[in-house]
This record gives sequence, structure tokens and C-alpha cells, in this order.
Amino acid sequence: MIFASRKPAARRPFRAARLSAVVGVLAITTAALAGCAGAQSSGTASGSSTGQLSGTVTVFAAASLKASFTEIASKFEAANPGTKVKLSFAGSSDLVTQLTQGAPADVFASADTTNMKKLTDASLAEGQPVNFATNVLTIAVPPSNTAGVSGFRDLAKPGVRLVVCAPKVPCGAATQSVAKSTGTTLAPVSEESSVTDVLGKVSSGEADAGLVYVTDVKSAGDKVKGIAFPESSNAVNTYPIVALRASKNKDAAKAFIAMVTGSEGRQVLQSAGFGVP
Amino acid sequence: MSFEFSARLEERAFDVSLELAPGETVAILGPNGAGKSTLLSLIAGLLRPDAGRAVLDGKVLFDVGSGSSDWRPPHRRGTALLAQEALLFPHLSVVDNVAFGPRSAGNSRKSSRDAALHWLGEVGAVELAERRPAELSGGQAQRVAVARALAADPELLLLDEPMAALDVHAAPMLRSLFKRVLAGRRALIITHGVVDALTLADRVVVLEEGRIAEVGPTRQVLEQPRSHFAAGLAGLNLHTGVVVSDGLRGADGLHVAGHLDPEAVPGQAGVAVFPPSAVSIFLEAPHGSPRNVFPAVIHHLEPHGDQIRVRAGGFMADVTPAAVADLALEPGLRAFFVVKSASVAVYPA
Amino acid sequence: MVVVHTAGRSRTGYSGIPAWVFVIAAVGAAFVLLPLAAMVARVNWAQFLPLITSEASLDALWLSIRTSAASTVLCVVLGVPMALVLARSEFPGQRLLRSLALLPLVLPPVVGGIALLYTFGRQGLLGRYLEFAGIQIAFSTTAVVLAQTFVALPFLVVSLEGAVRTAGHRYEAVAATLGARPSTVLRRVTLPLVLPGLASGAVLSFARSLGEFGATLTFAGSLQGVTRTLPLEIYLQRETDADAAVALSLVLVAVAVAVIGLSIRSGIGSGRRDGALAA
Repeated sequence: MIFASRKPAARRPFRAARLSAVVGVLAITTAALAGCAGAQSSGTASGSSTGQLSGTVTVFAAASLKASFTEIASKFEAANPGTKVKLSFAGSSDLVTQLTQGAPADVFASADTTNMKKLTDASLAEGQPVNFATNVLTIAVPPSNTAGVSGFRDLAKPGVRLVVCAPKVPCGAATQSVAKSTGTTLAPVSEESSVTDVLGKVSSGEADAGLVYVTDVKSAGDKVKGIAFPESSNAVNTYPIVALRASKNKDAAKAFIAMVTGSEGRQVLQSAGFGVP
Repeated sequence: MSFEFSARLEERAFDVSLELAPGETVAILGPNGAGKSTLLSLIAGLLRPDAGRAVLDGKVLFDVGSGSSDWRPPHRRGTALLAQEALLFPHLSVVDNVAFGPRSAGNSRKSSRDAALHWLGEVGAVELAERRPAELSGGQAQRVAVARALAADPELLLLDEPMAALDVHAAPMLRSLFKRVLAGRRALIITHGVVDALTLADRVVVLEEGRIAEVGPTRQVLEQPRSHFAAGLAGLNLHTGVVVSDGLRGADGLHVAGHLDPEAVPGQAGVAVFPPSAVSIFLEAPHGSPRNVFPAVIHHLEPHGDQIRVRAGGFMADVTPAAVADLALEPGLRAFFVVKSASVAVYPA
Repeated sequence: MVVVHTAGRSRTGYSGIPAWVFVIAAVGAAFVLLPLAAMVARVNWAQFLPLITSEASLDALWLSIRTSAASTVLCVVLGVPMALVLARSEFPGQRLLRSLALLPLVLPPVVGGIALLYTFGRQGLLGRYLEFAGIQIAFSTTAVVLAQTFVALPFLVVSLEGAVRTAGHRYEAVAATLGARPSTVLRRVTLPLVLPGLASGAVLSFARSLGEFGATLTFAGSLQGVTRTLPLEIYLQRETDADAAVALSLVLVAVAVAVIGLSIRSGIGSGRRDGALAA
């Protein structure tokens, strides 16, 4: 095998240098990627226990809180110059998964107690969670309401194309318990994984009706019409909030929670359709 | 009934008209890019002419331009095409390849197979019937391709350098096969070989730059070539000019003495032709009997059979290797090409 | 003269690949394989069988296989003519049409779902007439098949078009001069010649259909046994039961690997073209 004979030793260091250059490039790339991740951490924050608040507060909040928390965050920043609130919105279970995997955050606001319990069970919470808002189901229909839905029992009528959340997700669990308490058997054409998907099917007119939260209808504006029903009180969704043990800016975290649960926060949440305790 | 063809294709500067009698085989000669394959593609219907008309036994193949637009698709023309490569369908067995034409014509599976076996017999390839094309040698594949083309029962067979891709052993066998199957068959065959043209074709058409440069019976064209290409092909020296009483005065002013063909009239354009074997080479100008003496600088020597072909100016001479050695012939050497006027024929151009 | 070079060794001869390319290739391979390995490591094997044999899981798997098979058939029916037209004919705007036909390749599936919604949905371009005719597509298994076909079709078109272009049209020309009608040429020459390309395109389409998620979620909805395919089931399970999600993911990977493996073993997915030039 003449083609396979060794390269003279004299050339080897040269090649090694080239290889290490390649490895170097890879290392730099990795470091750059890590840097991106690092930028999201709250590690830069510092707050003296007695003095003024400063630094960054990273808040992981349920998707349904997006509008309200964005507003509260800007109020918080205005009231505490030098602070910065970073918001990350996703499904509560996604957020809990991220937090248990070590995502750096200072505050967690869940859309239900189940997911909050996962967090406290994992001993990631600092102190006891506080319930700061409630949300109830409502019927969402397209503005034309062609199926003529006026109450919860109408949803079981034949010919009404109903879309709900799957029982495995919080809004679906709430739907199930309402149905159970009223003795109604629902036959949905689709069981979606999220409220957004339910709302999308209703607003596009594919579905005649959907079961979503009051706040979702409110934020959807005039694309859908909400029809409140008394049976919804059988399944009230409670939103707890808590500071995280791993937080490096606990004072600011607690101050943020205080604002959410205080009068300013309550006002914002109420105008978004939430009930406040 | 006959085949008439006339077509123009601007894009390739192609403008050719020709006719074929029933049972006539015509060889198409010409340098690369002369339009030989274009001619076959136009006849087969793989190319559309800008204008022209072709009729095969009363069947209009195309009639384009001058207000009319009649175009018959390839599969309804009856003009089977055989290319340099056999192009046997790789997914079909040999017998299915040959049965392709009959099957496409709507014959039953059984009768198509029978026809295929008959034609495989004609080309001496029955034993290959169940093989796959990938298992054939180049010569075998081309024989099967011949059978496939014949099985389609074409009214006009188009052969595009069918022996060019074959090795020296396979070519003679295929040539004798062609001689057999082309006898009495109407066909056009593109070739680069004089032997192919001589043995297979009744007539020769020489194409140069998309035009017919020369046409005539094979032997006549090769013995009395009027186009440079045909002359080069036949290995003859050729000099164009004006016919004079004792020969020809070249366009370059050179006087070539020779005997005049009865058709050649002094004052007309003509061509002087003589074989390289009639040329001798001298280092000093000879004197004596009437002959032509052309001074020239040798620029090329090459083996030609058991002789050496020496090229100088526009002439070729075939001399023995011994003579080359004696005279120390080499490129750059000034020499005299000498040919007896009796060996020079002058034809009208 | 001995050629002295260690780079580019291969078992059978000189490969011409510098050594550092192998290093990066290995990193690339690890990048693909490591996450799969990590997922396998997370499988709760004690619960694996019960998790994947639950009614919901089996329904999802069966639905996925059925719909993917149906969409593959649809891809072949629609994609073969598309590939042929794109590869063989010339007409103004052909290149533009080609880019548009391949758009679903680069489009986020959700966008595809939205587009389908406005086409086949109740108030969609075609959907509103179908609704009159009593045909409802949204929330039906048909919708799943449509969504999968939408995203998978370009895969078939691309790989088949490539095969058709590579095959050239000389065999077809010969077939035509032998008297074969265009349909006969297509059936007996063109399609058999590009069969490997067609098969690998079909395999790709099937695999892509199997993994379809975004367009289905947006357009078809999610109901067990009707529209909830395996990826949707995994997405839903993930909300509550990570073990089930991981187990089902593994099933999906296994099915995909099996499909690709089968196609390679039968020699159809490897793009092999035997006897392309039988000369």
C-alpha cells in the first residue's frame, strides 16, 4: 500500500497545529454559544439587603399572564430605577421542566397549583407560594355565533363543533370537572394541547365553540365572543407565585412578588379579566 | 414511393435537402459539428425544424413554415434510431428490449416475443435472450440494439455512428451484420469510416457546416472527392482552382499538371486529385519527364499502415520508412513533392 | 516515486479526504446521535411496555402509520407528474414555479397549517364549497393526511426530479423512435429507470409525514384515534407524563429507523441506478 505509508515526522507538527486550529475554532464557537445562554442568567444581579434594589429579575410566568406581567414589569422598573425585569412566558409545565433542569430564574408564576406543587416538591421554591389570581372557564364563540350557543349545555348539542383542551392540560382538566359537575357529556371534535390552539380554532371559524379562560377571550379582542356560564365556578383555576431558592437577587424577586400581589398588580390583573383573591 | 427531406434550423445553421429511394442506404459523412446528428434528430422527430418538409412514403413527417404546421411525433414516424451507444433499457431483459417495438405497436406479448427471438436470431444473439443489458459486452449490446431497431419494422433506419464505440474486435463482426441487414433496406448511416461507407452505402452525402458539400455514389465520391472532408477521408490529395487545358491552376497560383476528366472544361472551377502513394519526395528538384514538382516545408510525419505519411503544405505523400531514414526527413526540412501528371485527375468542382 | 501521505486512507484506496474533515464529521455525527442517546438513557424501562401499549399510544401509532401511508400514496400520485414536468419541460416561469412548489420545505409547518386552514377550512377558499357539498375536512383524518402531504410532497418532488434529470432523456428518445407512445414511454421506460429515486422519495415522504406536527396541530386538531398522531400524542403527554413522552418518542424513532433501514436493505433508498449506461 504505497498510498498508505506514513507521512514523514517532519510534517507532523505542522499538521497537529492545523488540527488544533480546528479544535480552537470549535471551542470558540462553543464558548460563544455558552455566552448567549449566560446572558440570560440573573447572575449579574446584586441587591443589598437594606439599600435600594438593583440588577435583573428574571420572571418565568405562565403564558396567560403575558399581557398583565408585561405591564406590571414596566411599572416595577419605573418604581425601582436600576432594576430590569426579564420575562419568559411559556406553558406552566414547560417552565417547571426548564427550572428543574437548572434554568436560572428568580420568580415563577404558575397558571395552576399542580405545576407549582412540582416545583415545591423539588425544593426549588423559596418559602410558600402565594395565590395571586384566579381564572375561570368561559365559552368562546366566533363573533357570528352561527351555532347559537348561549350556555354550557348547548355545547353538548349535536351539530355543535366544540373544541376543548385535552384533559391532560390544566384547561382541559377544568373543562372535565365542569362537565362532570353538570352531568353533561361533551363530544369535542378536537382536544387541543393549549388554550391558544382552542382559541385559534374558534377565531378562524373552524369550531362553533371552545372552552377557554375568561382572560383569553378578553385578550383575543373582538375576534371571539365570550359567553360566561355559572357552572364555571365549579372549576376555578388558581395562579400561585413564588421566589426561587436559586435566585441571586432575592430582594428584588420578593419586591416583584409584592407588586404582583399588591394593589397595583391586582388592578392590572383584574382589568385583564383575572379574579383576585 | 420515396423519402424526401428538406429542413432549416437557424440555431445550428443547418439547411439540408436530400432524397432517398426505396431500399437505398446512404452514408452521411462530415466533420464533427457538421450537422450529421441534427439531420437524424430532425428526421426522427427529436428536433423541430424552423422550416421544412419531410415525406416518407407519402406520410408527412413534418411540414413547417410557409403557413402550414404539420408535425408527426417520433413514435408515429417509423424511423427507428440506433445510436453510438446501444442504450438498451437496463431494467428489461434482452428479449424484452427487442420486443419493445412490437409491443409498442400493439402486438400481443406472445407474438412480440416471437418477433424478438426472430430478430435476435438474425443478429446471432438468441443465446443472450434472457440476459440483462448490464451482462453484455459492448459488441453484444450493439447487436441486440440492431435487433431491437429492426424489430420495430422501421420504414427508415437511422444509424448514428453505430460502430464508433466498439473495440477493434467487435467492429468487423458488426460491420458484416450491418452489410447483411442493410441490404435492400432504406437507411441513413452516419460514419467516420471510409470502409463503412464503401461497404454499406449506395450513396454518400458529405455535410460541412450544416450544408451538403457533396453528394454522389459512394465509390465516385471517394475516388473523385470534391470536398476537403471527403478527400481527407479517402486519403487523397486535393487541390482546388480553375481548370486549364493541361490540368489546373490552383487558387493559390500553383499549376498542377494532370489529365482532364471528360466533364472538365477549361476555364471552369475544378479540382485536381491524386493519391499520396503517387507522390515521391526529393531533396533537390528533379528534371525530366512531365511531372509536378511542389516545393514545400515538411511539418508532420505519421505512420500510415506500413508506410510513413509525410505532410507538407497542403499535400500528403506516402513513402517507405527506409526512404524517410535515407533522406533524413523531419519537420522543418525543405523538400520537393513530385507527382507524375498521369497520376493527377482533374474534375469539375 | 512513493506517494507519501497518511491523509485520506481508506480500506480500498485513496479517498482524498483530509484527516481534519473526519474530525469535524465525527463531531457532526455526535451532534445527531448524542441527543438520541440521551433520550434513550432517560427511558423508564420498567414502565416502557405499559406506556407504549396504552390505548392512547396505540391509537396514535396506528393513526400515524395509516395517515403517513395515505399521504405517501398521495405524494406519489401528485409528485410524479410534478417532478416530470419540472425536470423535462420548459415553459416561462418554470423556475419560479419550481421554487414555489418546494416552498413547504422551508416553510415552518405552522405556516403550512394556517395556509391549509384558509384553503380547506370551513371558511376557506375551497372549504366553503366543500362544506356546501356536505364535506367537512377540518378535524377529520383527511385533514391530517392533507397536512402531511403538504409538507412531504416537496421531498418526493425534489428527489424524483433529481433522478429524472440524471437519467437524461436518451432512453426515452430511443423508445419513442421504436414506436412507443408517450404514455408507454413513461410507464415502460421513464418510471422504471427512476424507480430508485421514486422509492427513496417515497421513503422520505413517509418519514416526513410520520414526523409531521405543526401543520396537523394547526389545521387538523387533536382527537384520539381521529387526528391525534404520534407526534401530537407525544406533545400532549409531555405536559403531564415525561416518561410516556420519552417512551413514545423512542417508538417514533424506531419506526423511522425501521422505514429507512428497510429501504436501504432493499436497495431502493440508496439512490442506486444499475446499468445506467449499458454500453
